[in-house]
Amino acid sequence: MLYRENGQFKTSYRADQQMLPILQDRIFMGLLLVFVFVVAPFVFSNYFFLSILIPFLILALAALGLNLLVGYCGQISIGHAAFMSVGAYAAYNLVLRVPQLNFLVVLVLAGLIAALVGLLFGIPSLRIRGLYLAVATLAAQFFMDWVFARVKWFTNYAPSGSVSTATIDIFGFQINSPVRKYLFLAAVVTVFAILAKNLVRSHLGRAWMAMRDMDVAAEVIGIRPVYAKLTAFAVSSFYVGVAGALWGFVHLGSWEPLAFSITLSLNLLFMIIIGGMGSILGSFFGAFFIVALPILLNRAPDWLGIHLSTAMVSHLESMIFGALIIFFLIVEPQGLARLWSIGKEKLRLWPFPH
Amino acid sequence: MKKNRNLMILFAVLLAGLIAPLVTGASGAGFWVEVLLGGLMAGVLYSLVALGFVLIFKASGVFNFAQGAMVLFAALSVARMAEKMPLWAAMLMAVAIMVVLAFVIERLVLRPLVNQDPVVLLMATLGVTYFIDGFGQTVWGSDIYEIDLGIAREPVMILQSVFDGGILINKDDVAATAAAALLVILLALFFQKTKTGRALRAVADDHLAAQSIGIPLNRIWVIVWSLAGVVALVAGVVWGAKLGVQFSISQVALKALPVVILGGFTSIPGAIIGGLIIGVGEKMAEVFLAPIAVKAFDLAGGGIENWFAYVLALLFLLVLPEGLFGEKHIDRV
Repeated sequence: MLYRENGQFKTSYRADQQMLPILQDRIFMGLLLVFVFVVAPFVFSNYFFLSILIPFLILALAALGLNLLVGYCGQISIGHAAFMSVGAYAAYNLVLRVPQLNFLVVLVLAGLIAALVGLLFGIPSLRIRGLYLAVATLAAQFFMDWVFARVKWFTNYAPSGSVSTATIDIFGFQINSPVRKYLFLAAVVTVFAILAKNLVRSHLGRAWMAMRDMDVAAEVIGIRPVYAKLTAFAVSSFYVGVAGALWGFVHLGSWEPLAFSITLSLNLLFMIIIGGMGSILGSFFGAFFIVALPILLNRAPDWLGIHLSTAMVSHLESMIFGALIIFFLIVEPQGLARLWSIGKEKLRLWPFPH
Repeated sequence: MKKNRNLMILFAVLLAGLIAPLVTGASGAGFWVEVLLGGLMAGVLYSLVALGFVLIFKASGVFNFAQGAMVLFAALSVARMAEKMPLWAAMLMAVAIMVVLAFVIERLVLRPLVNQDPVVLLMATLGVTYFIDGFGQTVWGSDIYEIDLGIAREPVMILQSVFDGGILINKDDVAATAAAALLVILLALFFQKTKTGRALRAVADDHLAAQSIGIPLNRIWVIVWSLAGVVALVAGVVWGAKLGVQFSISQVALKALPVVILGGFTSIPGAIIGGLIIGVGEKMAEVFLAPIAVKAFDLAGGGIENWFAYVLALLFLLVLPEGLFGEKHIDRV
């Protein structure tokens, strides 16, 4: 009864094309933003910020980037952590070698460098697709792992190969406490999410979706496959590169060569499957699920009064994880975002049956 | 014609890379042959894992990411059960376990997901990977275990008359190669000479047609996953005997992915030849190319073999998108 679009007439093209055409959605988004920026900093504990909200926000950004490529353009990648590592190391070197740069500039530059590398590894997508492409992206994963572990210049000749970062300072605003980190990330992620939302309903996003649905037909209606696929790779790597830089600087602080391993790539992929492919909102759902689940599984035995060894917990965790993925694929292949939209449909009729 | 020329150039480059150390005098002939043989041995193992991929992909169109996890699981089962019983009994038990696993996967994963997108199926096998990894280590433990095949592991010198200083060969490597060859011959016989094998080939050719003449698809899937499980068992035992049974086996098995790309997803000979090419290529690159790269770029050690296989596969894809022996798809992209 509350959630319905009856009586909301669009009288101009502007009104018809706005991002959230339904009033209730706008109110909901506004309340959400108020909650995120005003209420949340006072409500949650430091532990909650550090172990859930901060990784969640960064991984949501990365999942969003991957979703642009996989969900919107239909090109699978199981090597996207490689582009995260490119972003992280690019940011590290920029901060190290050009210290006068503002961190926001560094963030964008790191994203652009990651986009270049992504473009390079996206070239095979012009000739191959589907599973072949998936394996080809593994090349990016292992090659980048190797580059950052072995080429000493990237890690500034650190003997152990691990790097550590200084506190971020933006216009004199030190990002050092969990709350500040959280607010900074929330702002960055909000900007990028709005950008992505608008990107996928622009001509570029439509070209990607046409490419995903049927590439031959897309070409017939005048979409250049080279342009569509390579821009998808570049934009996706840009997002993921920014996320990587944030992961390194804000979440990890210091990291070792294998911080961006294939496990992270697979986790990103799981996020968009569980959250929903081809959905901005889904990336957030998926990221939250993947971040929160291990913590929940770690704590569950204590609540039930069972004591297990850490090794046992991690094995059980991986079992439950695998089983849940299969369960989700069988029950709802479209992901949590689909459940969300089903819920909205139901809400339109509620409480009357018609 | 153009494609053929590109392929010829690619092969010429590979061949040149192969014999370069010999010609430029970077290594003695004996050492070169030793490296070559070492590469072939590693390649046999990659082929074995790749074989499991190809079997499943041919019959059900599923790209089984879990093959590596199955190798680890089978090896763990054999290693832990062999502590309680003779090796042959442990192997038989492990075969039974793999068949049960195939049943469970078919019933709980494949059947509900039938007719889904190949990508969804790939994701499902990723889920299976996590599950089997966790399950195997929960049941069997996560230390490093040994499998003792009863073959002495000391190296043997051969061909001392031909090469200066002779060639070192491990006996267990030879045994592994023999086992792999035997397995391939048995599989070939099974596919060509038995009724079930014929049904499997029919399903691989066209599963709709196969179903319409009364071949039960579900049973075929179980058979094929069991076969892949047995192949994984052999690979796991051979590998475990060589390196010890540990979690890293399931990671190394990822190397079988470039192998199937190289050979083509649907070709058994392709899997074998691809495995050998990758095995030799990465050994050669690690031994002869890595020191040059380390010196030239001031690297912190070699380790080229971690990515060489993937980049090689990538280059192959640019020239030959369907692999060496894969089915040709004629459609414009």
